Amino acid sequence: MKHVMIIIFTLFVAPIIGGLLFGIDRRITARLQGRYGPPILQPFYDFFKLLGKERIAVSKLQFVWIYAYLLFMVASLLVLTLGSDLLVLVFLLGFAGVSLVLGGFSSKSPYSHFGANRELLQIMAYEPVLLLLAIAVYAQNGSFLISDIIRQPKPLMYTLWPLFIAVIYVLTIKMRKSPFDISTCHHAHQEIVKGVTTEFSGPYLALYQLAEWYEIVLVLGIVALFWTSPLIVGIIIALAAFLLELLIDNVTSRMTAPWMVRLSWTFGLILGIFNIAYIYFTKGVS
Amino acid sequence: MSLIHTSRIKSPWILHFDNSSCNGCDIEVLACLTPLYDVERFGMVNMGNPKHADVLLITGPVNYRTARVLRNLYDQVPGPKMVIAVGTCASSGGVFHNCYNVLGGVDKVVPVDVYIPGCAARPEAIIDGVVLALQKLAGANL
Repeated sequence: MKHVMIIIFTLFVAPIIGGLLFGIDRRITARLQGRYGPPILQPFYDFFKLLGKERIAVSKLQFVWIYAYLLFMVASLLVLTLGSDLLVLVFLLGFAGVSLVLGGFSSKSPYSHFGANRELLQIMAYEPVLLLLAIAVYAQNGSFLISDIIRQPKPLMYTLWPLFIAVIYVLTIKMRKSPFDISTCHHAHQEIVKGVTTEFSGPYLALYQLAEWYEIVLVLGIVALFWTSPLIVGIIIALAAFLLELLIDNVTSRMTAPWMVRLSWTFGLILGIFNIAYIYFTKGVS
Repeated sequence: MSLIHTSRIKSPWILHFDNSSCNGCDIEVLACLTPLYDVERFGMVNMGNPKHADVLLITGPVNYRTARVLRNLYDQVPGPKMVIAVGTCASSGGVFHNCYNVLGGVDKVVPVDVYIPGCAARPEAIIDGVVLALQKLAGANL
């Protein structure tokens, strides 16, 4: 019964939280730029407007992939909220990213292909860091289960703080914020004509937005895992990270894709590997 | 009014297309996005992609080369869509109306909902025009 409640809560409340976060994002960004900004409910207006628009089919296949993107994103969020395996979560998130890439590749538009290629580079940049996070959690707790992380009396932050920095880096990539908004961007609507979402229009763009709302809750949830006793501290850390991302978005400019992968692989992977090595060094290999 | 209907009025995404304008009106369209006028407070976003757009803001007179492009862009915008002719040239051809290469106003190629006069059209007039188009979309008596 408890599981059913959690599933219903995840399916219906998570997108509302995600949409509100995007609304707050747009308002704060506008204020940082000296503008007034749209209402907080603006993402919901956009969503319902897109639902009511005409369906234009460029390729039937891309609709399959956008549904797959949404489905895998919801599935990985369910893995998080039900306290299941962290490794499964990382793989489902990878599948979700690949579905979006295939959606981009399924039409003939060069802009869409550009965006899909760049999205692949993004996946290449963040997946290894998330995998290292799962390994480090296993090294620390002896289990991949998220419910075991929540049950630990000592927060993960004490031993996994280098990976926390790497995960904040991943958060910038996953939230599509500057300097890593290379595949598609929330603010620059003319940049390579909107990247991977170029060929999605009307209700299918709405599905993409819905998946993004689940995604932001998911990535902030992963950040919150670093401090789960009590969980409220973790949520405050996640919200602080969200505000930090907005600041980073507004004070930096876009970098090139190879630069992102290079920095992620040097900075993120070195932090992650040293962290795992440190855990095994202090705890001993069992 | 249904939820989708309300949302349509609250979130017009704009596609700006320059036919063969002198750039006067284009500068004024972009001025709408600056902190002084900030159209994003009405939910208006300047899109670069016709497939995401709801409102076509067209500047400049149509010539024989841009007519095909304009028609193509209009066809790519998913309905319901609005077309706004910004400035005197887009409305009627303006000072270019008798040129050998100019067809005339935007309404020679695509159906136009709102005409915004002015050379160049002021940002206030452009915002007013978009609001008028949205009222038309909402089915209000004008």
